[in-house]
Amino acid sequence: MQNNRTLEIGTGLFVLLGFAALLFLTTQLPASGVKFGGQKAGYHVSAEFDNIGDLKVGSPVTMSGVRVGEVSSIRFDSKVYKAVVSMRIDLQYNEIPEDSFASIQTEGLLGGKYVGISPGGLDSYLKDGGRIELTQSALVLESLINKFFASVASKSSDIQSGSKQGSDQAKPEPKK
Amino acid sequence: MNPRRPGTYLLGGVRRLGSVTLFLVQLLIQCVPALARPRLLVMQIYNAGARSLIIIMLSGLFVGMVLGLQGYDLLRRFGSEEALGIAAALGLLRELAPVITALLFAGRAGTALTSEIGLMRATDQLTAMEIMAVDPLRYVAAPRFLGGVIAMPLLTAIFSVIGLYGAQLVGVQMMGVDRGVFWSQTQGAVYLHDVNEGLVKSVVFGLACSLIAVHEGYHAEPTAEGVGLATTRTVVASSVMTLLLDYVLTAVFL
Repeated sequence: MQNNRTLEIGTGLFVLLGFAALLFLTTQLPASGVKFGGQKAGYHVSAEFDNIGDLKVGSPVTMSGVRVGEVSSIRFDSKVYKAVVSMRIDLQYNEIPEDSFASIQTEGLLGGKYVGISPGGLDSYLKDGGRIELTQSALVLESLINKFFASVASKSSDIQSGSKQGSDQAKPEPKK
Repeated sequence: MNPRRPGTYLLGGVRRLGSVTLFLVQLLIQCVPALARPRLLVMQIYNAGARSLIIIMLSGLFVGMVLGLQGYDLLRRFGSEEALGIAAALGLLRELAPVITALLFAGRAGTALTSEIGLMRATDQLTAMEIMAVDPLRYVAAPRFLGGVIAMPLLTAIFSVIGLYGAQLVGVQMMGVDRGVFWSQTQGAVYLHDVNEGLVKSVVFGLACSLIAVHEGYHAEPTAEGVGLATTRTVVASSVMTLLLDYVLTAVFL
C-alpha cells in the first residue's frame, strides 16, 4: 500500500513537472510580452517615439548608464502615428525632472536597444502615468547607410555633370 | 561458422537489424492492448521517468551553467552579451537537451530495462509466462517500451527549462547580463518550431533508446554473461543511434 502511494505520487510529480516544462517552453519562451517573476514595484511613465527600432518589452531604461527601470509595454498609437513606449521606473528613482529627454540607443555594435533618459532642469518630477515629451528615435542603421550612399551618389553625379549644380552639393543633410 | 570471415559479421549485422525491425512491429501491435493495463504503464513511467529526474535536473543545471559561462566569454568578444539568452535557449532546445537526455536515459533507464528483462529471460520467467499463455511482449516488453517513449519528451522539456535557468543563473546573476534583456531577446528569437524540433527529436530518441533496451534484454543470452553483454550493447547502440539520428533529424529540420 505504502509502495503504491510512492509510485503514484512519484509518477504524478514527474508528469506534472514534465508538462509544466513543456507548457513553459511552448507558451512563455516564444511568445513575447509575457512577464517573468511577477510585477515589480515601480511607477509608470510613457513616451512617444517615431521609430523604436527593435526595442522590446523588458529592455532596460537607463540614466547615465545605470539601470533605473524597464520597458513594460509597447504599442502603436494610430491617432498620432507614433509608438508609445510605457516604462516602469524603480520607486527609488522618483526624482526625474518632467522635462527629461528620452532617446533609444544601442548596446554595443550588435546589441539590443535600450531607452536612455537624460535629466532636464525642472523642479517638478515625473509621476505615475506621466509622459516624457522630448524624445529621440532609434538610429536605424539601414537608413543611415541609405543617406550616406545617397549623398555620395549625388556628389559623384555633381562631379560628372560639371559645376552646373555645384551649389546643391554644399547643402548639408538636415539633422535633428 | 568461422567468425573471422567478414561476411559473417555483415550477415550478423543484417540479421540483427531485421530482428530489431520485426521486434518493433510486434511491439507496436502489442502496445494497444498494453494500454488497457494503465497500472503497468504507470509503473514503467515511474521507473524510466520519475527515477531519472534527479540526474536529468542536475545535468541540465550544469550544462546550462557551462553554456552560460562559455557563451558569455565568446559573445563578450563581439560586445553582444545580450545574445546569451538566445544562444543558450536555441542550443538547449534544439540539440543539447534531446541528445544529453537520451544519452543519460540510455545509461540510467536503458541499462535497467535490459538487465531486468534479460534476467527475466535468464531465470525462465518469460518462458513461464508463455507456458501460461500470457504474452510477455504484452505484459513485460510493451509497457516498458511505452513508458520510455512517454518519459523521454517530458525529461527533455525539464532538462531544457532547468538548463535555461542555469544559463540565466550564470549570465545574469554572476556575469551581470541584464535580466530583462536576457529574457526579452530570448523570447524574440525563439520560435515554436525550435521547441517542436527538440520535441520531435526527443520522441524519436525515446523510441530508439527504448526499443534497443527492450530488444537487447528480450533477446539476451540467458546467462549471467549474456545479460551483462546485452546491457553493454544497449548503452553502445543507444548512444550511437542517438547521435546518428540527431544528425539526420537536424538535416531534416534545417
